[in-house]
Amino acid sequence: MSNDRWLDEDAGPIFRPYTVTRGRTRPRDDTLDLISLLEATGLPVPRRTRLDPEHRRVLAVCARPVTFADLSSEIDLPVGVVRVLVDDLRDENLLRVLRPTPTGDVPDELVLRKLLHGLRAL
Amino acid sequence: MDYAHSDTAVRRPAGGPPIAAKILVAGGFGVGKTTMVGAISEIRPLRTEELLSERGTGVDDTTGVAGKTSTTVAMDFGRITMGDGLVLYLFGTPGQQRFWFMWDELAVGAVGAVVLADVRRLADCFAAVDYFEDRGTPFLVAVNCFDGAERKDPADVRIALDLDPDVPLVMCDVRSRESAKQVLIGMVEHVLARTTAAAAGG
Repeated sequence: MSNDRWLDEDAGPIFRPYTVTRGRTRPRDDTLDLISLLEATGLPVPRRTRLDPEHRRVLAVCARPVTFADLSSEIDLPVGVVRVLVDDLRDENLLRVLRPTPTGDVPDELVLRKLLHGLRAL
Repeated sequence: MDYAHSDTAVRRPAGGPPIAAKILVAGGFGVGKTTMVGAISEIRPLRTEELLSERGTGVDDTTGVAGKTSTTVAMDFGRITMGDGLVLYLFGTPGQQRFWFMWDELAVGAVGAVVLADVRRLADCFAAVDYFEDRGTPFLVAVNCFDGAERKDPADVRIALDLDPDVPLVMCDVRSRESAKQVLIGMVEHVLARTTAAAAGG
């Protein structure tokens, strides 16, 4: 197929992760935690917006609420790359971030009690 | 809405959004972090690619790789789905100090941390103990008792690690699901005690 002398098939496909993000490495903000919940808004894709296949995969996985960690694992791209994709989609209002817990980031007493109950029931 | 079951969807509890919580599992290299996460939860792979931090450059020998500005770190995380839309995530944090930039991100919003210790190499968990003490993240020390490992008096381990009296210390076998479960229960109980004490005091 290819006469490439440097890599054989065992090396796998050559893929530069940040070409997916058009060279952007900095996310819009740093608030996206690995357990932040993401959900597609279900709004139509704006006419001027061109989504890459990776964007569409993110949207498909986020059809139901999913944590950023699970999304990244599912998409199988580095976390930093998925973060940029998520920010693109947030910019277009196609994706929204839900708080991981009802009161914010640090679990409150009610969540801790639920957690304890859940662990004991394992 | 469509609530079809899937591997990754977090079920939305009645009357509210889903709830996700995380606990960190820290400790030296090879102490059993991944074993513990695997004993109690469904393990999922995560790829991270992060810029080398200032702190990292002091440790990583980057001589000869001029221009290398990023490093790839593979890490696992565990997920335990509980009733009522509550999902617990366990993140094993790489023990080496050069990964501290990841700890900073992981520690935000965490319920707390489990510091795994191996009595043969207690010094390996000093960094983690220091880190969580400085940060004010509640933590518990779990001494992993390997087969044939020398049994140590918990009081001696406590002294060796210079632990504050209120930091729980437990013995465990990370290969055992029940033992891993008891470690997590102990950790959450500790956090809950701190939370209620803080509420009563102020």
